[in-house]
Amino acid sequence: MTEGRARSAGPAAAGGVGDWEHFAHGADIGVRGRGATAAQAFEQAALALTAVVTDPSRVRAVVAVPICCRAPDLELLLYEWLNSLVFHMATQRVLFAEFDVRITGGELEAQARGEPVDVARHAPAVEVKGATLTELAVRQDEDGRWRAQCVLDV
Amino acid sequence: MNLQGWRREGDYRWVIDPTGAMRVPAVLYADEVLLGDMDDKVRQQLCNVASLPGIVGAAYAMPDAHWGYGFPIGGVAAFDAEAGGVVSAGGVGFDISCGVRTLVSRCTREEVVEVQERLAHELARAIPAGVGSTGRLRLSDDEMDAMLTGGACWAVSRGYGSDGDLAHIEEGGCIAGADPHALSKRARERQRDEMGTLGSGNHYLEVQWVAEVFDTGAAAAFGLEPGRVVVSIHCGSRGLGHQVGTDYLRDMAIAAPSFGLHLPDRELACAPIRSELGQRYLGAMRAAMNCALANRQILTHLCRESFRHILPGFDGRLLYDVSHNICKEELHEVDGRARRLHVHRKGATRAFGPAHAAVPDALRAYGQPVLIGGSMGTASYVLAGSATGEARSWSSACHGAGRSMSRHQATKQWHGRQLVDELAARGILIRSPSLRGVAEEAPGAYKSVERVVDVAERAGLARKVARLEPLICVKG
Repeated sequence: MTEGRARSAGPAAAGGVGDWEHFAHGADIGVRGRGATAAQAFEQAALALTAVVTDPSRVRAVVAVPICCRAPDLELLLYEWLNSLVFHMATQRVLFAEFDVRITGGELEAQARGEPVDVARHAPAVEVKGATLTELAVRQDEDGRWRAQCVLDV
Repeated sequence: MNLQGWRREGDYRWVIDPTGAMRVPAVLYADEVLLGDMDDKVRQQLCNVASLPGIVGAAYAMPDAHWGYGFPIGGVAAFDAEAGGVVSAGGVGFDISCGVRTLVSRCTREEVVEVQERLAHELARAIPAGVGSTGRLRLSDDEMDAMLTGGACWAVSRGYGSDGDLAHIEEGGCIAGADPHALSKRARERQRDEMGTLGSGNHYLEVQWVAEVFDTGAAAAFGLEPGRVVVSIHCGSRGLGHQVGTDYLRDMAIAAPSFGLHLPDRELACAPIRSELGQRYLGAMRAAMNCALANRQILTHLCRESFRHILPGFDGRLLYDVSHNICKEELHEVDGRARRLHVHRKGATRAFGPAHAAVPDALRAYGQPVLIGGSMGTASYVLAGSATGEARSWSSACHGAGRSMSRHQATKQWHGRQLVDELAARGILIRSPSLRGVAEEAPGAYKSVERVVDVAERAGLARKVARLEPLICVKG
C-alpha cells in the first residue's frame, strides 16, 4: 500500500488530520481517503487519485476548476466527484493537487487546483479511465472518522 | 482460490452447480495452478453473474480470469432478451471495445533489427501515447457523428488505410445500431482530441516477429511465416468509451430497483435489454465500439507511414481486428435451437470456429484469428477459433495473461530504467514517456501467457497457430 499525508490547503490540511492510501485490486488500484468529515475524506480520496498518476507533491496549484455534482446518496456522490475530476484531467490535460469540497445533502460543490500536465516533470504513470462502483464505500469508521473509497479503472 | 465447491469435469473445466440465487452454473476453464492462483473474488463475481435475469447456459470464466467490476475480467455471459435478459455496463467494462489488431508483413526480423533504433524512434514520435497526449485530428460535431456510426469505414473514407482492411475487422469495420445521440456531452468532449491515440497502462503498439508456428496450414492462411515481422496494436475506445461506461454504470445502478432488479452488489448494475435504458446503452456502446475501430484504424495508418519511412517495402496487411470488451447480439445454438443472445465478453475474445460465416473468406477454413496480447517483453500468441468453442463458451477464448501482481507491488520490485535496459539487452526496445508506467507494466507482474494459452487450447476454446516475440514496444 502507498500511503500519504495530504498536501491540501483545504479543511483537511487546516485540521491537520488528512490522509489517503491506495489499496490493491487485481489489475487496477483502489483509492481511499479519510477525514473528520465526509467532505475531507472526499478531498483525500481525490489526492489519492492524483497519486495514481504522479507524486502529488510535484503538482503546483496554478489553475482552479470549479466542480459541482449531485447524486442520490453519498456513495454515488463520491463516484460522481472522482469521475468529474477524471473528466477534467482528461479534457483539460491537468493534474490536481489541492481540493476544497463542501457537501450539502446530495450536492457537492468544490474547487480543484492544479496545473497542466508536464510529462518531463510529472512523469505521469498511467491514465485513469474512471472511478468504478467496485469497493465503493463512504462511511464513518468505529473511530468516528470518515472513509471514502473505490477502485479506479486504469 | 480455494478449490472447495468446484466440481471438476475433465482436466480443464470446473463447475459450480446453481445454488441460492444462481439461475445457471458457473463454469471456469483453468488448470489447478491457474485456478489456485486466482482471487476468490472471481468465484464470487462469476456466481453473481450466474444469478442475473435471462442468463442462458452458464456464466463462463476464461483461463486468464481475474477480479473485475461486477463481472470478472475474463468473463463471458449470454442473455436472452425474450427471457427478460439484461445488458450490463460493468459486463462490458470502461474501455469499450478494447481489443487487438495484428498486421502481417513480408519484412524479416533481420531487416528490422538492422534499423531497430531508428524505427523505434520513428514509431514513438508518430504514435501519440501516454497521459496528456493528443491526436492530430480534432473532430467537429458532424465528423464525430460520422465516426461514431462509421467506425473503421469512416477512418478509411478519410484516408486512413484502405478498403482491403475492412474485411478483416469484426463486422467489416462498422458496428450497426450505433446511436450517437445516446452519448453524453462529456463523452463527446473527451474524444475531441483523442482520435488516433494509444492511451496508457497495458495498451501498446508492438513490433514482433513470428518465432514459432504450431499450425502450418492456419499460419500460412493467416500470413504468419516464421521469421517475418508483424505489428500488434492493443487499445480501445479512449476517453469516449470510458465516459460511456462511467455514465451508464451510474444510470444502471440508480435505475436497477425500478426494474425490480435486486443486485447483490451495485457494481453488477444492469438493465433489461428491452428497456429504454438498456436500448440506449446498447446504442451508446455500439458508437463507442465504432470509436475503438476508427481509433485502431488511424493508428494502423500512422504505423504503416512510420514503417515505410524507414523500410519502404513494408506492406502491413491487416490479419484481423478483434475486441475483448464487448456485448454483441449473436446467434448461438441452445438445446438444438438457434437463439439470438446478447453475449458479454469482458476481457474475453470472440473465437468463432472454422466455417463460421462471420470469418473472412480467406481465413474461414481455419477459424477466426484470436489475438492474445503479451505483456511488454513476453510472447504474444495468435490462436484460431475451434469448432468445440461454441458449445463450451459461446465461442470465446482468453485475451491475455492477466496480472498476478498489483501495480504498487510491481513498482516496489522493479525500476523502469532497469527494466528498459534489461529488455534492450535482450533485443527488445521499449519506448514510453513514463518509466513508472514501465515498472507498473513489468512482464513479471503478469501470469504466464504460455500457460493461459495452453489451457485455452487443451480446454477446446481455441487452437494455437503461432507465437510472436517482441522487438519494439511503444507504450503510454
